[in-house]
Amino acid sequence: MAIQRRMPRRAVMFAGLATTAATALVLSGCGSSDSGGGSDSGGDVTIEFAQWWEPELPDGEFRALIDKFEEKNPEITVDLVSGPYASTKEQLFAGAASGTMPDVVGLDGAWVNDFASQGVITDLTALMAENDYDDSELASQIKVDDKTYMIPVVNFVYPMFTNDDLLAEAGVDAPPTTREEFADAAEKITALGGDTSGWVLPLSLEAPNGVQNDVMSWVWASGGSMLKDGQPDLTNDDVTSATEFIGDLWDSGVIASGSFTMKEQDKVEEFTNGRVGMMIDSLAHINLIRETNPDLNFSISALPAEEGYEGERGIPYASWGIGVAENSENKDAAFKLVSFLMSEETNSELSTMANAFPGNTNSVPAFVEDDDLFAKAFEIYQAGYPANEFTGLPVAEELMRQLGEQLQSALDGQQSIPDALEKAQASWESEF
Amino acid sequence: MITPDTEAIVTGAPLSRRRRQLRKAGESYGFLAPTLLLLFVLMIVPIVMVIGYSFQDRAVMGASSGFVGLANYVEVLSDPGFWKATGNTLYFTGVSVAAHLVIGLTFAMLLNSTLIGVVPRAIFRALYVLPWLFTAAVIAVLWRMLLAPNGIVNFLLTTDVEWLASPQLALGTVTFVNIWAGYPFFMVSLLAGLQGIPGELNEAATVDGANGPQRFWNVTIPQLRPIIVSLLLLDFIWTSQQFALIWMTTGGGPIDVTEVLSTFTYKLAFAQYDFAVAATSAVLVLLMSMVLAVLYVRHQKARD
Repeated sequence: MAIQRRMPRRAVMFAGLATTAATALVLSGCGSSDSGGGSDSGGDVTIEFAQWWEPELPDGEFRALIDKFEEKNPEITVDLVSGPYASTKEQLFAGAASGTMPDVVGLDGAWVNDFASQGVITDLTALMAENDYDDSELASQIKVDDKTYMIPVVNFVYPMFTNDDLLAEAGVDAPPTTREEFADAAEKITALGGDTSGWVLPLSLEAPNGVQNDVMSWVWASGGSMLKDGQPDLTNDDVTSATEFIGDLWDSGVIASGSFTMKEQDKVEEFTNGRVGMMIDSLAHINLIRETNPDLNFSISALPAEEGYEGERGIPYASWGIGVAENSENKDAAFKLVSFLMSEETNSELSTMANAFPGNTNSVPAFVEDDDLFAKAFEIYQAGYPANEFTGLPVAEELMRQLGEQLQSALDGQQSIPDALEKAQASWESEF
Repeated sequence: MITPDTEAIVTGAPLSRRRRQLRKAGESYGFLAPTLLLLFVLMIVPIVMVIGYSFQDRAVMGASSGFVGLANYVEVLSDPGFWKATGNTLYFTGVSVAAHLVIGLTFAMLLNSTLIGVVPRAIFRALYVLPWLFTAAVIAVLWRMLLAPNGIVNFLLTTDVEWLASPQLALGTVTFVNIWAGYPFFMVSLLAGLQGIPGELNEAATVDGANGPQRFWNVTIPQLRPIIVSLLLLDFIWTSQQFALIWMTTGGGPIDVTEVLSTFTYKLAFAQYDFAVAATSAVLVLLMSMVLAVLYVRHQKARD
């Protein structure tokens, strides 16, 4: 009997202990804001590096590069936090809100303004000065209010891809170099019949980067701009003429159907399957296209410009950028990692494994010498200038989505293109 | 059996009635404590925080945020996008739930029928329940491929319709996909209900001269009514929160024709980083869902 009475008390104790343990667990989870993990003993530090790069590179190669860094800096251990792009983005925004950002962060140019204005990524201009870092080798720096917050580590450019067999079948001798030639080639390819279309234009609102890569790229290719003094300028002649050109292509039925829900991967699939003659796409997809359809005969060229345009052509690009968290307790160690990745040798190695162009002007990726297509891309890259005006803008992805919505409405015939640009301009202004 | 004498031996002192009651209550709460703590941390705290954010400006992302009263509510409720999303949500949810019921009931009756043999019935059962096995992501990818302009649906119909990309068709198409994904829940639940209807009821109705439709309306439906009401309320709550399927098929587009409250709120939070307004929209959705939840709980209580 006595035992019977003791049992519940033990159970109560157990429940109490479980509660305490659960509380401790929850509190430790909530309180783990010290991502630096710095240790006082012996000066060794562990820094976290969150990025989406490792999963996109061949297995083990990025870790091997980081191992080299650790060999050179035995007092620093790098904890790689790797995930797909979208989850890295969500993780960083959550970390920004809770003050638990990893020490070093992989950044997309589209996030920089939001993070910088929130004060969660550190001013690299100051960090570079503190560490006597010579920034003359850096190809570019992403600034907000004249302070660098992101350094592009490698750049992926977006030239025009052409299916040369389809072009030849349509009687087009060479990839188009002007908008008129492009429209003509697109019409001839579409006229081949079947499922074939001249061009592919992804305008999905889920991932609206088609607005940047496939629409605004026409503006940049002819030296135009969507900004004036850092403010939206969507109604200028350059943007209007490029957008109306796309509207004309739409009206003449040369754009592959399904645009309004098409994403970048759908675009690549259409091209790889030989259903579209031309697309604007990242060099990062060259190997994918070759692996998926080894028989596809394709080449790359600079984006067509307006008739008579002789200046340098802007070529859209996307970067794997890097930054340091403001809440990091080991900023010096973090910056050592940044400067290691930006060094001539490491940057050459990283850009080679990523099939991308280096962020260090002295680095030369090995593929440029080994592969004709990449050599051509490097030529285009050097002849023009990397252009991506969305980089560094506030809520950049939302700006793309707002313009995308207005464009969809215009292409659907619900409003004119100038009206669409005016409405997008108004909604952009409210975001700046 | 525990007696007061035994109590005295164990504790060394007799306990007053009041202390015994207190100890009993303490034990109950001791057992409940882990669950209550988790409920508090995982449910109450987030909900209270979200409600709190909805009365602030620059919540979460701002270095300092201040109380703004009902300003966020005024902003959301005066946004035409919110009302467009509300309308789309009502259409998407209403049509989905009605179709789920009709299709689920039809298939459940088919599977409950003795007119078809055991083997075909097993095959139909496996086929009909199939959509339930897929996650929203798989369903979205599957139907995106099937409904692509050069996908298999257009091939079979010899058409070139842009099912998901056409502003005129997109809302109907995602609703159709959601109907396809959701009817098995109704079918399985109603089948269980149908199998629980005593055969004597139908026999008695037949003896009274009732034909098939009369037996359906006067025996089957009244017997299934409690299950049907529960299913309708639950499905209404779930479907009005559907996010993954719409986000992964249309992203709320083309233009804004498939924008529902969940995608509208998501964009506010993760595209515009306006967590205060997003929290406001979420609280409004919570209030709408609570109306249905209250109806559901009242219905369940009435059944008990």
